[in-house]
Amino acid sequence: MPLIDYGKCDCCGLCVSVCRCKILVIVNDKLTIVHEESCDICSRWCTECEDVCPTGAISCPFDVIVE
Amino acid sequence: MTVQIGILQSIPYFDGISPEDLDAIKDSFFDRTAERGELILAEEEVSDVLYFIASGAVKLFKTSAEGKEQILDIVRPGQSINDVSIFDGSPNLVSAQAMGPVVLYGIGKRDLDSIMQRYPRISQNANKVLAGQVRRLTSLIEDLSFKPVIGRVAKILLENSEDSPDPRPKLTQQEMAAMAGTAREVVGRSLKTLEEEGVIRLEKHRLVISDKEALKEMVAAFS
Repeated sequence: MPLIDYGKCDCCGLCVSVCRCKILVIVNDKLTIVHEESCDICSRWCTECEDVCPTGAISCPFDVIVE
Repeated sequence: MTVQIGILQSIPYFDGISPEDLDAIKDSFFDRTAERGELILAEEEVSDVLYFIASGAVKLFKTSAEGKEQILDIVRPGQSINDVSIFDGSPNLVSAQAMGPVVLYGIGKRDLDSIMQRYPRISQNANKVLAGQVRRLTSLIEDLSFKPVIGRVAKILLENSEDSPDPRPKLTQQEMAAMAGTAREVVGRSLKTLEEEGVIRLEKHRLVISDKEALKEMVAAFS
């Protein structure tokens, strides 16, 4: 799941607008992750929420592994 | 949770110190935990504690006036943080933040001075540790000055892959950018290029190095 740093999130909603899996919503002025399992639809982690976040509040960490 | 002799033995500062002697000094240490994102040290603040990583990973970074972050190092079990401030008495050179759950062993300056006087070998070891830090920072300056971004990204992936005995922290593209001294978008483009060349594969939650030799050659080519 993407990680949200609520200390940085200003609830601008940009991430909500780009999330293809619709797991990000704003509830009561707070960014919230819903239907976490829906993020599994993507064959790869798109990281578009991290891309558009102007404050660096969302991050999508990767394990770096060797095959 | 208590300070464990086995972990103290794995710390380069205590190379050559017998388990009996470590047992005698272990009460000088205290343990501390931190969760991902927790700030352990803040740049420019004063701290008289030397920390050792017992488990987990901690990023050391500086922040510009505009809020841009440059990661100077990611320290792992056995490595230390705040060495410079401890030895020269100046405020913290860098900030230190946990990259995941972390266990730290700390020792105050007064206790450290005391055990260094008792065991001169620890002072000799400290010299080696500090020399190693200078080498890593020199290597970083060299990379930032001379390597193209894709070469820096390739090196970051090699150094932080889970093909080593120590557990490695998860990395975001923002963190890779802060290590490579560039913007997140540029890291994204470099990863895409590496993927198109068949060197890596991006999967959900995983960045898979599918051709480690090619990645090594790429790092060497830009040296």
